[in-house]
Amino acid sequence: MTEGADRLITRGVSVRTRRAGKGAPMLFLHGAGGWPAWLPFFDRLAQHYALTVPEHPGFGASDDPAWLRDIADLAMYHLDVLDQNFSAPVHVIGHSLGGWTAAEAAVRNSSRIASLTLIAPAGLRIKGIPPGDIFIWSPEEFEKNRFHDQSFAAPAPPVPANEEELDIALQNRLAAVKFGWQPRLFNPNLDKWLHRINVPTHIVWGREDQLLPSAYASLWSERVPDAEVTMVEACGHSPHIERLDPVAEKILAFIDRVRP
Amino acid sequence: MKFVCFHLMPYRPLDLEAAKKHRSAWVVLPNSFYDPEKGAAEYDSYLDQLTYAEQLGFDAIGVNEHHQTAYGLMPAPNLIASALIQRTKKVQIAVLGRALPLVNNPINIAEEFAMLDVLSKGRLIAGFVRGIGAEYHSTGVNPAFSHERFHEAHDLIVKAWTTPGPFEFEGDHFRLRYVNLWPRPYQKPRPPVWIPSMGSRETVVWASAPERKYPFMVTFSPENAVVRYHNMYREAAQTHGYAASGSQLGWAAPIYVAESDERARDEAKAGIESLFNNFLPMPYEMLLPPGYTSNASMKATIKLRPALGAWPRQQSIDELIANGTVVVGSPATVGEKIARVRDQTGFEILITLLQFGVLPDHLARRNMELFAGEVMPKLR
Repeated sequence: MTEGADRLITRGVSVRTRRAGKGAPMLFLHGAGGWPAWLPFFDRLAQHYALTVPEHPGFGASDDPAWLRDIADLAMYHLDVLDQNFSAPVHVIGHSLGGWTAAEAAVRNSSRIASLTLIAPAGLRIKGIPPGDIFIWSPEEFEKNRFHDQSFAAPAPPVPANEEELDIALQNRLAAVKFGWQPRLFNPNLDKWLHRINVPTHIVWGREDQLLPSAYASLWSERVPDAEVTMVEACGHSPHIERLDPVAEKILAFIDRVRP
Repeated sequence: MKFVCFHLMPYRPLDLEAAKKHRSAWVVLPNSFYDPEKGAAEYDSYLDQLTYAEQLGFDAIGVNEHHQTAYGLMPAPNLIASALIQRTKKVQIAVLGRALPLVNNPINIAEEFAMLDVLSKGRLIAGFVRGIGAEYHSTGVNPAFSHERFHEAHDLIVKAWTTPGPFEFEGDHFRLRYVNLWPRPYQKPRPPVWIPSMGSRETVVWASAPERKYPFMVTFSPENAVVRYHNMYREAAQTHGYAASGSQLGWAAPIYVAESDERARDEAKAGIESLFNNFLPMPYEMLLPPGYTSNASMKATIKLRPALGAWPRQQSIDELIANGTVVVGSPATVGEKIARVRDQTGFEILITLLQFGVLPDHLARRNMELFAGEVMPKLR
């Protein structure tokens, strides 16, 4: 692994990263909201795997190289990450925009991927089933719509505490828009090529997801060969937060079952 | 001083109370609020007003482009400009402006402007804008590439007007094997280009560059901001190595004139307050989608308005008069207020919005007459 204190450097692009645990390599790709704080979910994963949680380039305080223009660029970048930073195939987990990115990478080249876990991935569009419009929602609406169990939602949207946090929040919004404004968080060509994903794939979805309707889980399972689907009842867009115990257990059990 | 009679063509029959239940009069206000028969009457009234402006002695009449909103009924302003050309003889026609990043092929804009210039035998003033934030929602164009698309579309349009074709244009957003404009513009080397803007340093520096020297129009801003932007333009020109002339500086403002200050305020109140509190407001997510302005400009806005989502703030006509966003009063008062800004900045283009919000025809027309008859001569 390319060490820079808490930076991951790949072909000259430096991104923030957090690492924990020992074992087979595992990579978590975050969603459009940006690099998450260290989640209890990550502790569960790190009990069994060497987990790396990088920030995507373009987001937060990571490099934003001029060549990075769309989701395809981000996917190719992550293929470089897999090639250059890990000695063995990697268990890749992606949430939302991160799931979309992982799928875009996997259709191009699955050889460095040991397994794929997609949690409420963006990337596909079923005509007549529009996702929620995260770009027009107010911060209050976004916070409310993220979770089914409203006890997880912050009572008021988080306000950046200082200049640095504000810079990061603005950069996150800009990156999400760059990758996802048009077409709205999907690639009209992706579903044609999902059959090329030839690694064990697990689709995890919250039944009551207000951002990306759970109806999308069936299209993913139709297109990705032998994909397994876990539908989490009474749950919103972040099952790994909202239903931590059962979801962590399901995700780890799947990977344990399919690991080489 | 040069005077433009400018129009937004708002949809006055809007049920303001019912519309308030929606998050904005932009993007999401259902178009079931629009009645085409009433809309037809609105076009008639507004075209009559702008035609009347030529008789009253204005130098130019102006229209602009907005999409999916009751704020302005001109998604295709060149159609209105074409109608105005047929109804007028000498007055200049200012389209302020077309939103360059929002189109898939900027050649369409170059062609239409060239047609208007030829149809009017050289009376066109071509405005270039980026569109407002809400229009990135209503067109789907990615705001993260707004500036790139604006600059590239601008380069393409100006080159198409001034360089013999056919030539190939190789951009990042626009790629055209054949650019060969028929018709070419009437004016030589091209129609004048004006840049209306809510104001940003990036735009000021770009517009004032020696190869452009585009007149810069500050729109809907308090008096101190107008002065600040005019001076910023003059400083940018100095940095570029020349002194800007007053003909490069413009101010666009709602103006209302009546016999006395008090009468003017009372008559303008409903129109002004509906403009600022009903037609214009939109939430932050619509006004400033990410990328529409630089993160630095975005931060400045957020600091001015720390409680995101607190929009819309209700503004009274008295506040708007006091900070100079609108100019309302007797002929003497209005003349003095405009002269006060001119004395500070030397600006020479005044874009007057003499019908605004729900202001009815008879008041708009009297406003135009009083402005043209009693204010304009003193400022010329």
